[in-house]
Amino acid sequence: MTTVKVRVNGKGETKDVEPRLLLVDFLREELGLTGTHVGCDTTNCGACTILLDGRSVKSCTMFAVQADGREITTIEGMQDASGELHPIQRAFWENHGLQCGYCTPGMVMQAAWLLRENPDPTEQEIRLGISGNLCRCTGYQNIVKSVKEAAKAMRSDGKGRR
Amino acid sequence: MLPRSFQYYAPATIGEATRLLREHEGDVKILAGGMSLIPLMKLRLASPGHVVDINRLQGLDYIKESEDGRALLIGALARHHTLESSPLARKRVPLLSEAAGSIGDPQVRNLGTIGGALAHSDPSGDWGAAILALRGELTVLGPSGERRISIDDFLVDTFTSALEESELITRVSVPMPPERGGGGAYLKLERKAGDFATVAVAAQLSLEESADGYRCTYAGIGLTALGSKNLRASKAEGCLMGRRLTTESIAEAASAAEMECAPTDDPLRGSAKYKREMARVFTRRALELAAARARGRRGGPAG
Repeated sequence: MTTVKVRVNGKGETKDVEPRLLLVDFLREELGLTGTHVGCDTTNCGACTILLDGRSVKSCTMFAVQADGREITTIEGMQDASGELHPIQRAFWENHGLQCGYCTPGMVMQAAWLLRENPDPTEQEIRLGISGNLCRCTGYQNIVKSVKEAAKAMRSDGKGRR
Repeated sequence: MLPRSFQYYAPATIGEATRLLREHEGDVKILAGGMSLIPLMKLRLASPGHVVDINRLQGLDYIKESEDGRALLIGALARHHTLESSPLARKRVPLLSEAAGSIGDPQVRNLGTIGGALAHSDPSGDWGAAILALRGELTVLGPSGERRISIDDFLVDTFTSALEESELITRVSVPMPPERGGGGAYLKLERKAGDFATVAVAAQLSLEESADGYRCTYAGIGLTALGSKNLRASKAEGCLMGRRLTTESIAEAASAAEMECAPTDDPLRGSAKYKREMARVFTRRALELAAARARGRRGGPAG
């Protein structure tokens, strides 16, 4: 067993884990954060996307031990302390950016990274930015629209960080 | 999916890393970005007993100009995304940024490293072709010290490089193309966003203006997914080097690349015949784009 010390959504966590435990299983099984989904389990679909030290990564393709000492944000960490949705979450809600919702946590986390890199992306840049996230309801039109609207909202209320 | 159990090490120094590699030789893998190794371990196609995570090694993720300005030096742990977005790489060696941006998807590029990708030596990988076109070299460190290997000698065969098991790549260096007259492009044909290349071509040219047009003083062409490893299209390069660059010479080079590549039938990405034909088309297009950039319409990496 190896000890992993991480900050997840601002909260310190320490666990002893097997080195082969995947980060996504660590989040879901050890910490009970089931908002991060396992979709394909093969680095394709992006449902397991989280932020690691601010960079979006697929948590099915990383060992929990690799995250030792690092900062993680999952979908559960997106709303603020008062429970108000993050502008990206709100934009998905308001623009019907989801149908079944399975891909949504990954889409939101990838959008968070994308909008920090590029606060005012074109439609093409959004589509390239979420090219590692699959939606099997084929709801891309509204997902792209949601990201576009989130970008607008975040630029106007200065919530571009996070 | 769960890999087989393994011992995990996260050394803080290169010395410690190479010692661990030596100690567990025969049953050890280096974990860099993990974008190939972890899927292979999950599928149990690879089941090393020991995994040495080199992500804690400091100072191996740089992209900088050499002191004499003649080379671009890239630390082995530089992530694809860092190369894709590096202002220095984009300005001086756009071929590298373009190749980096074509790899996998954004999340994969946030973790995957240039050193890891080259060590993996996947014939469908993009870095081998790009570094071939630039005639780069690798610096590797092992128990007996440091050595430098040209990219041509480094790439041996499918998933096989000249790297010894107890060695790790520390640096990739490429000669800096001339600021005036140099141009490169990486063009990839893929079935869908994020897929491995059906074929891809890296082209780097240097052109000198002469009385009758442009003379080609440097030509580098690397091929992806067109053989048992990333290939140098040396006959195609020979069609261009030292000659006047014309539509005809580019077409001749593209035909040479078609002849000298060695694709095999791929049930997912097309027959050998199709790939050969695409080798010609994409070599021509990559050379045309590289030539346009060399002539001054440089621009940034496309799309």
